[in-house]
Amino acid sequence: MFLSAGTLVLAYWLISIAGGEESYMVARECLSTIPAKMLLGLSVFSFYFHLCNGVRHLFWDIGAGFELKTLYATGYAVIASSLLLTALTWGYAMAQGAAP
Amino acid sequence: MSLEADIAKVRGLGSAKEGTGHFWHQRLTAIALIPLSIWFVVNLVCVFDATYAEVTAWIQSPIVTTLLVALIGALLYHVKLGVQIVIEDYLHAEWLKLSSIICLNLGTVLCGLVSIVAILKISFGTN
Repeated sequence: MFLSAGTLVLAYWLISIAGGEESYMVARECLSTIPAKMLLGLSVFSFYFHLCNGVRHLFWDIGAGFELKTLYATGYAVIASSLLLTALTWGYAMAQGAAP
Repeated sequence: MSLEADIAKVRGLGSAKEGTGHFWHQRLTAIALIPLSIWFVVNLVCVFDATYAEVTAWIQSPIVTTLLVALIGALLYHVKLGVQIVIEDYLHAEWLKLSSIICLNLGTVLCGLVSIVAILKISFGTN
């Protein structure tokens, strides 16, 4: 539900670019504030969590990974890998010269 | 007039009356979104602080335009399918469930169309 709200932000961002330089600068200003950046960071983590758990569900769909031990292991792996992927994405953005 | 027996028409469709279509489309869009969304998120955090000229140049590249339109289509359909499940599972009043699903359908279609029009406007624009 939280992630689907992100599609609205994405739509706003695209509209602002389509609207020309002026509206883009307004959007950039809004999205660069600290609360906005925190929400965006949270969205990136939610996205990776959804992605990893989604892949886990796809494996369940083909009938794999239902043993209790595997269930717990993949559960923790989902949390660990989504944290790692968020950190990697953030690090990559920093390396490309983005402000924190 | 169909010669098919009534039982043959409904067999396999289940209580939702649409068979496994919803389930299958959700998986299909999920698989399509794995590469598309990773590509997008990684690129987005890079163009996020970019100037107007840099962002438009990025979107105007034909491959980026194509992938963005594909992403928006798959993403909004995936959102529609996913949120519909949440509504069906947690809203029990029939009128509320129905009106929420109508809003969801109209909302996701509108959001998708607006995004795609914006992408194409940027892509074909002269600025």
